[in-house]
Amino acid sequence: MKRNPHLTQKIAFFLLLMATLLIVVPVGLIVVIIIQKGLPAINWQFLTDIPRQGMRAGGIFPAIVGTAYLVGGAIVFALPIGVLAAIYLSEYSKENVLSRIIKLAIINLSGVPSVVYGLFGLALFVVFFKFGASILSGALTLGIMILPIIITSSREALESVPDSFREVSLSLGASKWQTIRNIVLPNAIPGILTGTILGLGRAAGETAPILFTVAAFYLPQLPESIFDQAMALPYHLYVISTQVPNVDEKIRYGTALVLLLLVLFMNLVAIIIRSKLRKNKKW
Amino acid sequence: MAKIVTQDLKLWYGNFQALKSVNASFEAQMITAIIGPSGCGKSTLLRVLNRMNDLTEGVRTEGQVLVDGNNILGDGADLVTLRKKVGMVFQRPNPFPLSIYENIAFGERIHTGRVKRDVMDEIVERGLKSVLLWDELKDKLKSSAMSLSLEQKQRLCIARLIAVKPDVLLMDEPCSTLDPQATARIEELMYELKRDYTIIIVTHSMQQAARISDDTGFMLLGELVEFGKTKDIFTAPKDKRTEDYITGRYG
Repeated sequence: MKRNPHLTQKIAFFLLLMATLLIVVPVGLIVVIIIQKGLPAINWQFLTDIPRQGMRAGGIFPAIVGTAYLVGGAIVFALPIGVLAAIYLSEYSKENVLSRIIKLAIINLSGVPSVVYGLFGLALFVVFFKFGASILSGALTLGIMILPIIITSSREALESVPDSFREVSLSLGASKWQTIRNIVLPNAIPGILTGTILGLGRAAGETAPILFTVAAFYLPQLPESIFDQAMALPYHLYVISTQVPNVDEKIRYGTALVLLLLVLFMNLVAIIIRSKLRKNKKW
Repeated sequence: MAKIVTQDLKLWYGNFQALKSVNASFEAQMITAIIGPSGCGKSTLLRVLNRMNDLTEGVRTEGQVLVDGNNILGDGADLVTLRKKVGMVFQRPNPFPLSIYENIAFGERIHTGRVKRDVMDEIVERGLKSVLLWDELKDKLKSSAMSLSLEQKQRLCIARLIAVKPDVLLMDEPCSTLDPQATARIEELMYELKRDYTIIIVTHSMQQAARISDDTGFMLLGELVEFGKTKDIFTAPKDKRTEDYITGRYG
């Protein structure tokens, strides 16, 4: 039998399209279901009140604040270290055993399960450095977790700056550092920001790394210092979904919706920055 | 007077010898052209003169390059001072993705740090005037240099370099991306600039070399085959290979 190439092509396209749709469908369903079930719970009181009646009523304000603190702390720690490391790898290191070990370490770091980060944070920050279960410990743990994301994306952003810019700058008598500072880094910032925000979205949503390092089961007041424990959205969601009986489904899905919106919002910001960068790409 | 002299200059990329004992002397306030077929080492020779070859890994040099009598090869050379004195215009016009103003201000900013606004304005104006761009661009100094035409970009790059106040302009096929009219105008500009600067231009256009240069060097396979007055090279070449090249037998 002779095969019809047009038919074969159509079938192939159809299969490829189906495979692609398979990715879109779950995302759409997750969003739809959570919005449908969670939206009724969302109101001003839910967002600004403390949890009441053993977390069966009231709001989730402390968890929102806790997540904000953790994400903020993680960025303060991870952004400078990540960018500096990326500058070293992209601009200074030569291709040798050391740089290959570092790159391998970064790849492996991004593959470590998040619960392992949690145990690591417990051992290092909570116990060894005696920070206790605190915002500091949690933020540092999350920071280490998103470090590979920031390093990798920053390195890509730095390496996408054309070499001709570096060459001209050096040929005008600029030092290597002046070149990085004045030419390379400014052109890489949109890419660095995109990667950082994606990393933060990840940090905001993770439960395991904060499980042992910071998360409070129930803490109706706001944290006062970085050595306090705090509630956080993902852990709160875990708690009211599995640990507390008779929690209204509305509250659970409402919490999930807030967390989801937070992460989607961050990703959206990253996408906007990236598309702006593409539009302004001038080389 | 010779501004730059190379003595027995040899250069290797790894095991490949790209320059074989080059002895040349580049006169001040003159245009020296280096011609030769692709891969003959002419760009390499140009890039040794302000040590841009250092950026390539595995480069090794022997011999001497004297700029104003000082050898610039070796570890002791101050690259920042050298590159301020011996600047480079590249093949592809490569302004920074900054405003026109900031492109020209770049050199001053990195070399003197904080500069008063009116001083900087003057530097930018002088730079643009020296490449005959001022009248065209004086009303859009804040717009991006990336929006300019190729010719304007290349002029801007020359202005950016001149603002650093170099003595020597190294030009690596500066017209190869330009159309014939733009090329002619850049050549006119080089003629203007020759009064104040030592210009060394690499070109694969023999006509260009014949039109604008005072001295010409012909390179082949890393060797400086012949070096002398442009007139002599093009009318009475001494070496058979030079003759073959300029009469179009290869290249």
